[in-house]
Amino acid sequence: MARHIVARTTEIPHGGNKVVTLDGRDIVVFHVNGEFFALLNRCPHAGAPLDKAACVARLTSPEPGVYQRSRVGELLRCAWHGWEFDMRNGQSWFDPKRVKVRTYPVVIEDGETLAKGPYVAETFPVHIEDSYVIVET
Amino acid sequence: MSEVIDRPMLEQEAPAKSRLKIIDCDIHPSLHARSDLNPFLSKRWQEHLKTYGDHLRTPYIGTTPYPRSSPLIARRDAWPPTGGPPGSDLDFMRKQHLDPLDIEFGMLQVLDMFIFSQQNLEFGAAIQRAVNEWQLAHWTSREPRLKAAILVGQDDAAAAVAEIERCAKIGQYLQINVSPRANEPLGRRRYWPIYARAEELGMPLGIHVGGYGGHAPTGGGWPSYYAEEHQSNAHSMAATLTSLVLEGVPEHFPRLKIVFIEGGFGWISSTMWRMDQHFERFRAEVPHLKRRPSEYVREHFWFTTQPIDEPDEARHLRSLIEWVGVDRLLFSSDYPHWDFDDPRFAFKTPLSEEERAKIFNSNARALYKL
Amino acid sequence: MAATRIDCDIHPAVGGTRTTLLPYLDDHWKEQVVSRAIDGLDLTSYPPNMPLSGRADWRPKNGKPGSDLSMVQRGAFDQLGASHAICNVLYGAQAVYDPYMAAAFCKAINDWIATEWLARDKRLRASIVIPLQAPDLAIEEIERRAADHRFVSVLVMAQGESLLGRRHYWPVWQAAEKHRLPIAVHAGSQYRSAPSSVGWPSYRYEYYLAEAQAFQAQLLSLIYEGVFLKFPQLKVVLMESGVTWLPAFMWRANKTWRGVRVEVPWVDREPAAIMRDHIRLTTQPFDGPPDAAGVADIIDMIGSDRMFLFSSDYPHWQFDGDDAIPPHLPSAIVSRMCADNPLETFPRLSLAA
Repeated sequence: MARHIVARTTEIPHGGNKVVTLDGRDIVVFHVNGEFFALLNRCPHAGAPLDKAACVARLTSPEPGVYQRSRVGELLRCAWHGWEFDMRNGQSWFDPKRVKVRTYPVVIEDGETLAKGPYVAETFPVHIEDSYVIVET
Repeated sequence: MSEVIDRPMLEQEAPAKSRLKIIDCDIHPSLHARSDLNPFLSKRWQEHLKTYGDHLRTPYIGTTPYPRSSPLIARRDAWPPTGGPPGSDLDFMRKQHLDPLDIEFGMLQVLDMFIFSQQNLEFGAAIQRAVNEWQLAHWTSREPRLKAAILVGQDDAAAAVAEIERCAKIGQYLQINVSPRANEPLGRRRYWPIYARAEELGMPLGIHVGGYGGHAPTGGGWPSYYAEEHQSNAHSMAATLTSLVLEGVPEHFPRLKIVFIEGGFGWISSTMWRMDQHFERFRAEVPHLKRRPSEYVREHFWFTTQPIDEPDEARHLRSLIEWVGVDRLLFSSDYPHWDFDDPRFAFKTPLSEEERAKIFNSNARALYKL
Repeated sequence: MAATRIDCDIHPAVGGTRTTLLPYLDDHWKEQVVSRAIDGLDLTSYPPNMPLSGRADWRPKNGKPGSDLSMVQRGAFDQLGASHAICNVLYGAQAVYDPYMAAAFCKAINDWIATEWLARDKRLRASIVIPLQAPDLAIEEIERRAADHRFVSVLVMAQGESLLGRRHYWPVWQAAEKHRLPIAVHAGSQYRSAPSSVGWPSYRYEYYLAEAQAFQAQLLSLIYEGVFLKFPQLKVVLMESGVTWLPAFMWRANKTWRGVRVEVPWVDREPAAIMRDHIRLTTQPFDGPPDAAGVADIIDMIGSDRMFLFSSDYPHWQFDGDDAIPPHLPSAIVSRMCADNPLETFPRLSLAA
């Protein structure tokens, strides 16, 4: 497993994302309320880029006219056909077992730790006072 | 079976090597702003456009009462970085769509301005002319891959025919377009002067979903949701096909070719079976039909493929294709709309080389004489 | 002993308001009907003399096809082999604008069918005709028939004033669910507006073909408005709708729902799954492809053997000969559709009289 530094934590605002290429794959990293999620930047339906997806609440309803919201910002509505995916585990809404986006583990590490190594050297400058988003492929 | 796509992306949307050149039969260019039409409008109509604007059979001036599931019905990644709505920037359209997908030709379908549905018929005539000129000035003269259509408001047949004449002389247009949601079903006699001209000129008649004809999207009343209204487009196409065939349009205009655009094709086979099933019983009503209805469909109608059907099992898509007939199908993307079909991924059933060539290229090439 | 074969859609015909229904009207409506000559509620959808309305050998010498009980018995039971049959009266009482007149005429139809048909042949059952434009009066009519288990369903037209899923109809569905009455949506239009999204058709042929789209729109309305979530025991039967449009319709509904679900978050599973649980279709007309392989494909695509209900659509002319079963249907489907599926769909229908 390779570990890649993809960003400083301050680089991606809450509700935003950053796309990086790791091992030949486009990976999108989302930031929601201090948590970071990394997914393959390709919708399994028809290949749409998920970095352009709408980040919305998880929406359920017990009966017509009632709208229950939770986990605001953690669901992705794909930029093309609107399929919904859970950022945390990549599962699609309509068929969570069989249709999902590949996800990648993310850890946050501070510069001091990283400066000691090891990490994949992709000429990403590391400052010990910052925190960094690490994606494992 | 997991449907996780997990393959390396080698290059970020580089222009594809030419394996199969694609003819995309449904691309939607947009105005930046309505004032873009001013150069093609007289002072009177510029003023009218700014003040009274649209007069359509719908409650709102600026939007549909069935809000779409994404802004401007578009893919969220189709907003040009230079500004303007999706589909308004030619360079971005080239970079995002025409180049990487190796589009050889793209047939333009202008939905802006609701040409087909304007209640003020003089205004409608003015803007249809403006839009037809705008297509040439802003799109086809700058990009040879893109092809224009003569858009006409079908409910004023005389004005429609006059506009067809004007555009035909210019010679830069490849089809004549009307709306399926007209004041009356399109097979009705009042529209025949348009079909007569189309047949004489040897130009296909294009019918793209949409329009504000004033009827509810269903025969049983007004739906509450976009989810219902969106699917009603297929129903309107089925009813339009029925009207055209039963009124005798292909019987009366045997050289006329008719293209249904953005209706998809899943509904066609059952509609043909139903027409044939009841033909004998109702025959006395339609003695002008010399052949079975499905025969007219197989000889006079073409159908663009988007939105493609997505059965749970890929082999069922194969059945749909075979029931309609590969020769009837024309690939379309519907770029930049949200339910766009990517030619690389839309057909989840294997196609033979010959089938692929027909659906993605040679059927359209022959139909539009490209 | 004859096998059970339940014909879920036959059409006894009302001769006229001033004739057939008069005995079943109260004094006020009797006087209105006679002194104002109120009559003639045959629907534009079904002119009695047009070929579809009555197969030639099912037309009596006098009167409309379906108006003669003994002829209907000979046709539906003796000739076509049904053991039981559900009567769906298409006389257009529901299409009248005056809600009280509509209610009175619907009541009269239901009284007439009970007295002159159900009472005279223990094999017959019926759908309750209701004035849907006044939901409270429709509920009254349902409650009036609830104890009579010869009434096995509630009849509505495929094209009414509002789509069937709309909220103002929910109390009617609630009453139907309570009394275990499925909703029978039958081909026919109240002509409140154009019977098609593209306008008014020129021909009955054209109109008839457009009915298929109307049924599809009703299904979308019922599903997306959440009717089956609110009334989980409710079933809806499409009658004389055609069948082969169903697969592509299911796929398009699923496709749309996946992308637009946020509009209707109470629809908690795919529309096609909801349809397989709650929707049934009678098999005449079937509108099938000409070959057995095509029919097998359609059945496979639909993905449920429980959705099909045997029907003849007597006396409408849907087929020639004595076999009302559409050609090439797999035998597994045929055996379910004649008895098991109807019994499951119409829980009030007991085979014993």
